Amino acid sequence: MHIPDGYLSPSTCVTLYLAAASGWYAALRRVKRILATRTIPLISVFAAFSFVIMMFNIPLPGGTTGHAVGVTVAVIVLGPWGAILSISLALAIQALFFGDGGITTLGANCLNMAMIGAFVAYGSYRLIAAGADLSSRRRVLAAAIAGYLAINASAFATALEFGIQPALFHDASGTPLYAPYPLSVAIPAMMIGHLTFAGLAEAAISAGMIAYLQKADLGLLQGPGTFAQSPEFVPVPRAATPSPSRLWWAVALLMFLTPLGILAAGTAWGEWSAYDFDNARVQLSSTLPSVAPAGLRKLSALWTAPFPGYAPRFIRSPHFGYLLSAMFGVGLLALLSLIAKSWFKPRRQPEARA
Amino acid sequence: MSFLESTLQGFTRALSRSLLSEQVAGQPGILQQLDPRVRVVGIFSLVIAGVLCRRLDVIIALFVLATGIALASRVSPASLAKRVWLVVLAFTGVIAFPALFATPGAPVLSLSRFVITAQGLRTALLLIFRVETAATLTTALVLATPWTHTLKALRSLRLPAEVVTMLAMTHRYVFLLLESANQMFESRASRAVGRLSGAESRGMTASTAGVLLTKSMDLSHDVYLAMLARGFRGEIPLLTEFRLTILDYAGLLIFLFAGGLAVWIGR
Repeated sequence: MHIPDGYLSPSTCVTLYLAAASGWYAALRRVKRILATRTIPLISVFAAFSFVIMMFNIPLPGGTTGHAVGVTVAVIVLGPWGAILSISLALAIQALFFGDGGITTLGANCLNMAMIGAFVAYGSYRLIAAGADLSSRRRVLAAAIAGYLAINASAFATALEFGIQPALFHDASGTPLYAPYPLSVAIPAMMIGHLTFAGLAEAAISAGMIAYLQKADLGLLQGPGTFAQSPEFVPVPRAATPSPSRLWWAVALLMFLTPLGILAAGTAWGEWSAYDFDNARVQLSSTLPSVAPAGLRKLSALWTAPFPGYAPRFIRSPHFGYLLSAMFGVGLLALLSLIAKSWFKPRRQPEARA
Repeated sequence: MSFLESTLQGFTRALSRSLLSEQVAGQPGILQQLDPRVRVVGIFSLVIAGVLCRRLDVIIALFVLATGIALASRVSPASLAKRVWLVVLAFTGVIAFPALFATPGAPVLSLSRFVITAQGLRTALLLIFRVETAATLTTALVLATPWTHTLKALRSLRLPAEVVTMLAMTHRYVFLLLESANQMFESRASRAVGRLSGAESRGMTASTAGVLLTKSMDLSHDVYLAMLARGFRGEIPLLTEFRLTILDYAGLLIFLFAGGLAVWIGR
């Protein structure tokens, strides 16, 4: 399931990196709040453990073997946010040091295996094990089902990412530029292997480890909150938040870079206007029909934007028009945020008279 | 081969790969002479250029360049072929092969009922060469750069200090835990008489993983106490003392020029 470099288009990689980055940011903040200074050694050692677990060959019925990701055990011991970080670190080491999975696709791999996998495992484990005693058999069953569902949800997300490539990224002759198979092939090809072997491997290792921990170390099944309640707890000093002026400088820089957007040729997939259906170049690259659907033509005339296509009519240069649109947009948002700030500002309590 | 032996073989492969990396990183090669930051930025930019390229001839040129960089960095052709090219070809080839016939287009070659199309041939070659190029480049970087230098380079490229520290610690403990797992499997394999049933071997794997988890948690506790004893209060200072020379600037320019040129021609 580790996607190598070259299977996904650059725009897919960037989108999935952004999605993964927001997950990493949220996870790091939440884990630091629960675990304080323990975060770093605990997540690091657990990441090393996940890495080693991925190398365990698990014997499966029928004489074959498979390997697990270990996401369910990580979720049960560390909670979903800790699991996201430790599995992502293990995937990063695999990509950077062992060449397993790509660098450009690291965001996609972390999103599929560490994030989607962790949340599916967490949700299903909590649902099935709700109210069960720590040493009950129901927890073993819950871990097996959670492992099976998590690995299949990750595989399904991977199949979707593969399957949308040929429809979105092909050249004029129809040659797919990245992963070559459409959804109708990618989904069954990925899912057959995971619904059978890989899913069973994850279910077997998750259930087996929970059963072992119930006998050997019940404390680990209590969740991540218990680590913070030890006598060595040291609060982390609050990280300095970036000052608003630095943020405004960054916004200004981004604004001046907006004309770079013009360099990307063509219309984004699914964002065609009624005119694009008449444009032969757009039609060829997106395989659009030559006539716009009647409903689209009717509804698109309903509202005319003041700056259609980020190009005000009174400006000739498209670059300057783009920049002006960006300045207008940022200005409007700044104004709205100032209004919102003054609206929600807590009113001063009238001073009590002596 | 039993699952015990194949798991042991996997551990040994990972350990021997890290030894090879240390061996290559110490030799005088083209990448080894450059600042680690230049290596990381340069190689990443070539990988990204390979993904952005849409023309097959340009991707093949990038592959030749990647091979040249790897060989000039003292990565042996045999290990490059065995560890990268064949592995990638086996994995990506299986995926690319049906595309030869499944992609609709102009027929090139007809093998009884199966017809290879021009578009199918192009998409299979694009996929294989792209993946081979990226894998050759990352292998050259990883083998020619000690892991600590890669991490320092990532830190000076503004990756958060916590993340760099976690990556460094994970890498260190991966080998410690690999060693523990190796010993556990080895001792079990040396005591095994006859064949284990499926259920027995699954039980054994799960309990070995469970013991390893308990050991990992104990280790994390010990490391934490050791960090506290050394004055850790949540702040992570990292030493970054790289200095760029004229050679590094020249190397960086060449990398970026090659990547930019490939993207420009291969649009």
